Amino acid sequence: MLIVVSMALFALGLLGVIVRRNVLIMLMCMELMLNGVNLSLVTFAHQSGSAAGAVLVFLIFVVATAEIAIAIPIVLLLVRRKRAMDLDAYTDLKG
Amino acid sequence: MIETLLLYLFAGTALAAAVLMIVLRHPMRVALALIGCMLSLAAVYALLDVHAIAVFQVLIYVGAVMVFMVYAIMLLDVRDSSYTRRYSGLLVPGVAGLLLLLAILGHGVWRSLPAPGGAASGGGPFRLKEFSVAFLNDYWLHFELVSVLLVAAVVAALAVLQVGRRNRG
Repeated sequence: MLIVVSMALFALGLLGVIVRRNVLIMLMCMELMLNGVNLSLVTFAHQSGSAAGAVLVFLIFVVATAEIAIAIPIVLLLVRRKRAMDLDAYTDLKG
Repeated sequence: MIETLLLYLFAGTALAAAVLMIVLRHPMRVALALIGCMLSLAAVYALLDVHAIAVFQVLIYVGAVMVFMVYAIMLLDVRDSSYTRRYSGLLVPGVAGLLLLLAILGHGVWRSLPAPGGAASGGGPFRLKEFSVAFLNDYWLHFELVSVLLVAAVVAALAVLQVGRRNRG
């Protein structure tokens, strides 16, 4: 049952990243995807009774923290330059 | 019995909060929904006897990441078109891709699902002591890699701020 929940969380996060316009909301949806993966890892670790899953979850925590610590300053700089949080304002970043 | 009920309750709360994140308009409400989702996931971890992960979920995710996110939302009070129109033009392809992904993932999960009632919970509760012993005995290399990653993140954040300062002045 929890595997299905984690799958739904991951899919909803992915949908949010694709569908929403606001940059900060997209970042939060990425966090939701990471949470779904964490839930599946914890469920597998619980089923198999090994410590590897929990250690991997801890690594994901650290990676998520580092990601947010870098992503938020980048978003701050972008918004300060364009005065917009809408992704449509950044289409000139396309190659 | 009551634990199973609580497990279903918190898993349902997490799912409902995730759906709210897609639907709600203001970033602060989305952040509050995400905090609710993370807290219910922490409750699920605690019910699964993975106490260390539950504590870290509350401390790191809710305590650090989401506080940072809420600060950023309050700092960036930019009212633009993303407040009036929630969804980008990718709504229809996004939903179609989501349904496709759910079909493929659900097929794989359905085939690999264990027999109902056979959810054998291996091992005892995984408390902080077991976690620390496993971490510092078997996974010490990952511990060191984490510290390297955190240093790299700090240096990268400083570099980003330096770029912003140079562009302004």
